[in-house]
Amino acid sequence: MSTQVKVKNRLSSTVQSLKPSGIRRFFDLAASMEGVISLGVGEPDFVTPWRMREASISSLERGHTAYTSNAGMLPLRVEIQKYLEERFSVSYHPETEILVTVGASEAIDIALRAILDPGDEVLVVEPCYVSYEPVIRLAGGVPVFLKTTMENQFKLTPQELETHITARTKAIIFCYPNNPTGGTMTAEEWKTLLPIIEKHDLMVISDEIYAELTYGRMHDSIAALPGMKDRTILISGFSKAFAMTGWRLGYVCASPDLLAGMLKIHQYTMLCAPTMAQMAALEALRHGRSDMERMIESYRQRRNYVVDGFRHIGLTCHEPDGAFYAFPSVVSTGLSSSEFAEKLLMEEKVAVVPGDVFGESGKGHIRCSYATSMEQLKKALERMERLMGRLS
Amino acid sequence: MDRLKQRELLHLLEEDSRMSAEQIGKMIGEPTEIVEQTIAALEAEKVIVKYPALVNWERVDDHPYVNAMIDVKVTPKRDVGFDEVAERICRFPEVKAVYLMSGASYDLSIILEGKTMKEVATFVSQKLSTLDSVVSTATHFILKRYKHDGIELEDRDEDHRMVVTP
Ligand SMILES: Cc1ncc(COP(=O)(O)O)c(C=O)c1O
Repeated sequence: MSTQVKVKNRLSSTVQSLKPSGIRRFFDLAASMEGVISLGVGEPDFVTPWRMREASISSLERGHTAYTSNAGMLPLRVEIQKYLEERFSVSYHPETEILVTVGASEAIDIALRAILDPGDEVLVVEPCYVSYEPVIRLAGGVPVFLKTTMENQFKLTPQELETHITARTKAIIFCYPNNPTGGTMTAEEWKTLLPIIEKHDLMVISDEIYAELTYGRMHDSIAALPGMKDRTILISGFSKAFAMTGWRLGYVCASPDLLAGMLKIHQYTMLCAPTMAQMAALEALRHGRSDMERMIESYRQRRNYVVDGFRHIGLTCHEPDGAFYAFPSVVSTGLSSSEFAEKLLMEEKVAVVPGDVFGESGKGHIRCSYATSMEQLKKALERMERLMGRLS
Repeated sequence: MDRLKQRELLHLLEEDSRMSAEQIGKMIGEPTEIVEQTIAALEAEKVIVKYPALVNWERVDDHPYVNAMIDVKVTPKRDVGFDEVAERICRFPEVKAVYLMSGASYDLSIILEGKTMKEVATFVSQKLSTLDSVVSTATHFILKRYKHDGIELEDRDEDHRMVVTP
C-alpha cells in the first residue's frame, strides 16, 4: 500500500505560491466557444517562411540530427553577431558572448538564475510579459514592479526607476518594444536612466524579442549605449520577427563571465538548442531578411488600421510604435478590463486579453493583437463597435 | 503621395483589389481622397492595368476549359523582327499571353485557353500554323494548376493558433 503524501509537501512552497497564468483562464473560456475572432494571440499569423522550413527539412535529409555544441552551432553564433552589429550596433563575440537557447523563454530563465541569490530584488517594468514574475520567483528573487502609463506612452521614467531601488536591488528586467503595450524607448530616453542604473550598479536584462518590429524608427538597444554592454544581458530570438514561435529558438548575449555562468545552467538543463531549428535560424539570418521585411510592413499597415478603428469606436489608444499589440483603454466604459474582455467574448465573440493579466499598471486596458488577417480585424472592430454602442 | 507609399498601395491592391480607398488610407496613413486620386492617376498612367478576379475554374465544375502552352518557332522578318507576328497572335481572343523567349529552341511562348481540347487543336492547326512566318509549333496541355500569378490554388491552411496566448 502506498503511503499518503500530503500535496503540500510534494510541491515546493515557491511553486505552490505561483498564481496560474491569467491568460490561461481566459484561453479556456475562449476555447470553449465557436466562431470566436481572436485578437488574443501573441504570435505572428504568418507561417514560417518556406526558405527556413526548407533549410530545416534539407538538414534532416542530410542527417544533421546530432547535438550541437552547448552554446549553439558556431556558424549560427557568427551570423547572430553580424546581424546584431549591423542592425542595432551592438557587438558580441560569437565564441564567448553569445549563447543559443530554447526560445527567448529559456534565455530569460537562465539569465535570472545566473545572477540572483535568494532574496535579491529584480525591478520589473510593467505592464509586462506574464512570465517575468514567476521566473524571478523560481530563481529565488523578489519582483518589484515599476509602473508605466498610457500618458507616458508606457515608457519607463527615471523617477519611477529611482524610487523603487533598495539595497537588495540586483537587476532590472524589461521588454521594449513592449508586450503588451507596444511601447518603445528611444536612445535619448534610455540615456535619462543610465545615471541611475550606474549609480546603483544595476544589472540590466533587456528582452528585445520584438526589436525588429518597430514602425517608423529603428529599435534602440540599451546595450548599444556607452558603458552599458558590460552590465546588460541582451535577450532575443526568432519567434516574432521571423515567425518561428514553434521552433523554440532564441539567444542571449552578455559579457564572457556572465555568459559562462549561463552556459553552465544551459548545459546541465538543456544541453543545446534543437539542431534542426538552428539550421532554420541560420537560413533566416542569411537569407530571410526580405521575408521578415514583408511581414513587418504588413504589421505596420494593420497597426494603423486598428488604432484608427479603436479611436473611431471611442476607445482611447496610444499609438504603439512596436511589437504587434495595441493596448487601448476601456476605462471610459466604466468596466474593468476583465469585465470588458469577458463581455466582449460572451456577447460579441471577440477574444482579447484583459490588461491586468500583465500587472497592476495594465488595469483598465485590453491587449489586442493585430497579427491576424485584415478581414478578421475588420469584423472584430465591427463587433466591438456594437458592444460600445450598447455600453454608452 | 510619395513613391514608397504608392508602392505599398499597389501591393495592397494587387493582393485584394476590392479593398476600399478608405481602408487603404488607414493602413498606409493617407487621407481617403489622396488614395482615390492616386489610384485614378495610376489607372490613367496604365500602371494599374486591370482589376481581375483570380478564379480557380477547377472549382466551378460545369465550366469546361483547357489551358495549353504552345512553343512556336518563327522566321523573324527584316525590320520588325518578331514583333509583327507576335502582335498578330495577340489579337486572337483565346490567346491569354504571348512571350518572346531566350535560350529556348523556339521563339514565342503562347498561353491559350479553350473550352475543349478540340478547340485548342483547331486553333493551332487552322490559325496559328497557317501564319506565314510560323515554322513549327509544339502544344503542351496543362493538367492541373497548383500556383498561378503567385497564388497557390490548393486549400490554404486555417489559423491553427490557440485563441489566446502570451
Ligand atoms: C516579451 C516576450 N519575451 C519572450 C517571449 C517568448 O519568446 P520565445 O518564443 O522565443 O520563447 C515572448 C512571447 O510572447 C514575449 O512576448
